[in-house]
Amino acid sequence: MSNPYSSFKASILSVKPQTDIDYTFRLATDLKVSSGQFVEVSIPRVGEAPISVSDFGEGWIEMTIRRAGKLTDVIHEMIQGKHLYIRGPYGNGFPMDKFKGKNLIIAAGGTGLAPVKSIISSFNQGITGIKDLTLLAGFKTPADVLFRDEISKWHENIQIEITVDNDDTGNWPGGTGLITGLIEQMDIANLEQTEVIIVGPPVMIKFSYLEFIKKGIRKENVWVSFERKMCCGIGKCGHCKIDGTYVCLEGPVFNYAKAEQLVD
Amino acid sequence: MGFEFTMDSFNKVLEDISKNFIFYAPRRIPGKGAFSDTDVVVYQEVEGFGQIELDEKSRFSPKEVINPITQTLFYFNENGYTEPETNNKGIIIFCRPCDANSFKRLDEIFLNNGPFKDSYYESLRRKVKIFVIECVQGFENCFCVSMGTNRFDDYDAFIRVAEDRITCDVKDNLLPAFVKHGISAEMRPDFISENAVKVAIPDQVNKTIFTHEMWREYSERCIACGRCTVVCPTCTCFTMQDIFYEDNHKCGERRRVWASCMIDGFTEVAGGHDFRPDKGMRMRFKAMHKIYDFRKRFGYNMCVGCGRCDDVCPEYISFSNCINKVSALSREVNG
Ligand SMILES: Cc1cc2nc3c(=O)[nH]c(=O)nc-3n(C[C@H](O)[C@H](O)[C@H](O)COP(=O)(O)OP(=O)(O)OC[C@H]3O[C@@H](n4cnc5c(N)ncnc54)[C@H](O)[C@@H]3O)c2cc1C
Ligand code: SF4
Ligand code: SF4
Ligand code: FES
Repeated sequence: MSNPYSSFKASILSVKPQTDIDYTFRLATDLKVSSGQFVEVSIPRVGEAPISVSDFGEGWIEMTIRRAGKLTDVIHEMIQGKHLYIRGPYGNGFPMDKFKGKNLIIAAGGTGLAPVKSIISSFNQGITGIKDLTLLAGFKTPADVLFRDEISKWHENIQIEITVDNDDTGNWPGGTGLITGLIEQMDIANLEQTEVIIVGPPVMIKFSYLEFIKKGIRKENVWVSFERKMCCGIGKCGHCKIDGTYVCLEGPVFNYAKAEQLVD
Repeated sequence: MGFEFTMDSFNKVLEDISKNFIFYAPRRIPGKGAFSDTDVVVYQEVEGFGQIELDEKSRFSPKEVINPITQTLFYFNENGYTEPETNNKGIIIFCRPCDANSFKRLDEIFLNNGPFKDSYYESLRRKVKIFVIECVQGFENCFCVSMGTNRFDDYDAFIRVAEDRITCDVKDNLLPAFVKHGISAEMRPDFISENAVKVAIPDQVNKTIFTHEMWREYSERCIACGRCTVVCPTCTCFTMQDIFYEDNHKCGERRRVWASCMIDGFTEVAGGHDFRPDKGMRMRFKAMHKIYDFRKRFGYNMCVGCGRCDDVCPEYISFSNCINKVSALSREVNG
């Protein structure tokens, strides 16, 4: 009888601060993951939490973790050479096959960028089959922008628009205003051939969706990733359930046609 | 096979099989009830049949025998972790037909939901034998007949108690002890066919009912104490909890503890957002799980109609009433 709650030790290859409260941890592991999946990360005696895999490659995965409480505070004290415990990967991930040959627009709010980062990285490596990628990202202030180094490189291959709600520095080179404004300004050429991913806080997802619908995108072409409280990741603890749907099993990625049917 | 016993001879059977089994049954605990001077009936270990409470419904269900309120999953030390040792003894649970039916529901969640089996549950569950105690009339608030859980045929023993005589129908390898101490007798299990409380289960629940104003009553009355889920034989939700020992911070445990969808915090995530803050929404969520969405997944209803949620609610909220309201509304909506 194998124990589905057993985690294994993975050593930390690097820690990279993205903002004051978001750090990216690269772990050594052969875990096979796909974009949009998550793992249960733990430190014995402290706790366990679901965290999206923000990127992955041969022999490593990355997670971008926000300091939010008991466990994540302690994770933030971890340095290269220490280790974390992980189990997974869990969840369905994004339907990468459906995106082949299509134009993909990703709208990400804040830490919502983490679960889609690997799609952007692999697009840049030319391994997704996606025809064309546009990234719209919104953050609260310039200090909250994630993956700056990567973004400056992504500019070469993809169209990127970044906005902040509030430029408290006075010298932010990008735009200001909500992400919905960026969507409004978009000129979407081939509606039928365009798929959209929206990731971020619930309110941001809702209003971005409405904006895309105004543009003529069909809801069947919109994909969202849900965050719910999760204590097991494997369909047992009940916390993530919405109606009859277990987000940890059937999600966290949902087509909007399904997502809009889910009443918490 | 049927057998008949006196109390004494039946206790001899239990004594014989106690070498390999632990018995759990409803037991009356004096003075520990909700009000002073009242008793509470709970599932506990028993040694003899005389300790089993037969006249009153147990407040708590037998689920805690195999799904403990708090269960250690791992012990941590400086080098890694170990799993708790398990006892080899089998478990015999004396329970009523509704509760006997509840184990199958627990199995669906712990063993069949998702790609993995819960190994902690499975290791306890596989040791369980079920001794059903016959119900002749049911108790207050019971509605097992409406749920189809008044019958349970998959028992290891079926027990009828009448005038100091115990008659049993026994299956399986426990037979030698029964043969040794009992006399052969004709025994055909009976199940009750009517409860005072009747519940109509809706076939289809339209989404408009999810946001219907009927739930507002519960927003106002429910105090989110979670008693209804604690006593429910089919509620399975839990929360993970890590702790370290006060005297040695390097050692500790990962545990799971029962959780309740009726209590604050169940759906609260980092940043303080709560997806189901309203008590009416929680009542709807619980009700739909018990009589609708579990069925869509596994083919039959989760609720076994034991009525315990109604027995314990401090606000006198009736679950059976709630379901009947949902059914009436569904008939209206679906035509
Ligand atoms: C599918 C999924 C993917 C996620 N991906 C990421 C990610 O990539 N990066 C990231 O920083 N965070 C992510 N999260 C959120 C992360 O799980 C929580 O921030 C984390 O559980 C907080 O744990 P803690 O012990 O530090 O905080 P706690 O001290 O436990 O709690 C702080 C707050 O978080 C809430 N909380 C507790 N447990 C959870 C939980 N399991 N899920 C959500 N909130 C919880 C509490 O109710 C409380 O409000 C993800 C969550 C899900 C469900
Ligand atoms: S919901 Fe109420 S009646 Fe149904 S099984 Fe649970 S406690 Fe019993
Ligand atoms: S027992 Fe009654 S008051 Fe308590 S949570 Fe359940 S319905 Fe609400
Ligand atoms: S996270 Fe436990 S059931 Fe989904």
